[in-house]
Amino acid sequence: MLRQPAQTKMTEILLVDDNPADTDLTSEVLARSGWPSHIHAVTDGLEAIAFLRQEGKYSNALLPDFVILDLNLPKKDGRSVLVEIKADPVLRKIPIAIFSTSKAREDIVRSYELGANCYVSKPGNLQDFISAVTSIGEFWFGLAHLPREDNHE
Amino acid sequence: MNPTELDILLVEDNQDDVDLALHALRREKLANNIFVARDGEEALDFLFCRGAFAHRAFDQPPKLVLLDLKLPKVDGMEVLKQVKSDPRTKTIPVVIMTSSKEERDLMSGYNLGANSYIQKPVDFDQFRETVKNVGLYWLVTNQPVPAKALRAPERLTSVVSRVQVT
Repeated sequence: MLRQPAQTKMTEILLVDDNPADTDLTSEVLARSGWPSHIHAVTDGLEAIAFLRQEGKYSNALLPDFVILDLNLPKKDGRSVLVEIKADPVLRKIPIAIFSTSKAREDIVRSYELGANCYVSKPGNLQDFISAVTSIGEFWFGLAHLPREDNHE
Repeated sequence: MNPTELDILLVEDNQDDVDLALHALRREKLANNIFVARDGEEALDFLFCRGAFAHRAFDQPPKLVLLDLKLPKVDGMEVLKQVKSDPRTKTIPVVIMTSSKEERDLMSGYNLGANSYIQKPVDFDQFRETVKNVGLYWLVTNQPVPAKALRAPERLTSVVSRVQVT
């Protein structure tokens, strides 16, 4: 049996973004929206992969239920992170939302080709930014079923 | 917006669900052009621009496919598999909308590349509310692959007229 969305079980969210202001605001909006969640933030693509593979200082990290991924990242960019996640039999089922300032057709097309689950443009203005993050939360944590590990219980 | 752009392909064999979904989407003015495929084979013909849909073009994909799993002829999981394993169609967002409560369907769906998975509420009002919110997210918040410029503006005329009959 599937658990209902908006359940009391914590949703583990991995936020991959090198802009601390964006990370703080995204975390704040998600936390205030009331979804029971743990938000883990990393600032580059290598850290993101280490977190997902539970390597190094992330050996005790929980596998995220959802990833919010920026495209332009230091060390390993978002596209490469996407390729690695979707090529990994354990990680590939985790939904990835691309959250990027780019509205370029080629970035959107490429992201879907690489297996992104959705693509939300990151607005420059504060109100629109809050509204975009709120929409991501409402859909993915309030409405959709995520392929959670605990569904196996 | 180009009036001939297709917003949603709804793949659903249950007439009550089709009626409720169309009502919810139109009432919110979320989707002007919705095509309803009644079985998996029709959905595949539509998406792969063949058979009765040979006049369609791959560069005018729907912005969203809402896919039921239990379908006549070809089931939803098979439709998903074919759409997500072909480079011409894999970029189209496919959201599974099913009454299935099977853990297996949820995991297989995401593993095969479903963009998301929604369980259909049994209650009519909740079902309409769910469809509305799914539409809002995928047609307003989400960025689908932008359609290329149409070569033949009348291309979807037959599709649109058929939807209006529904």
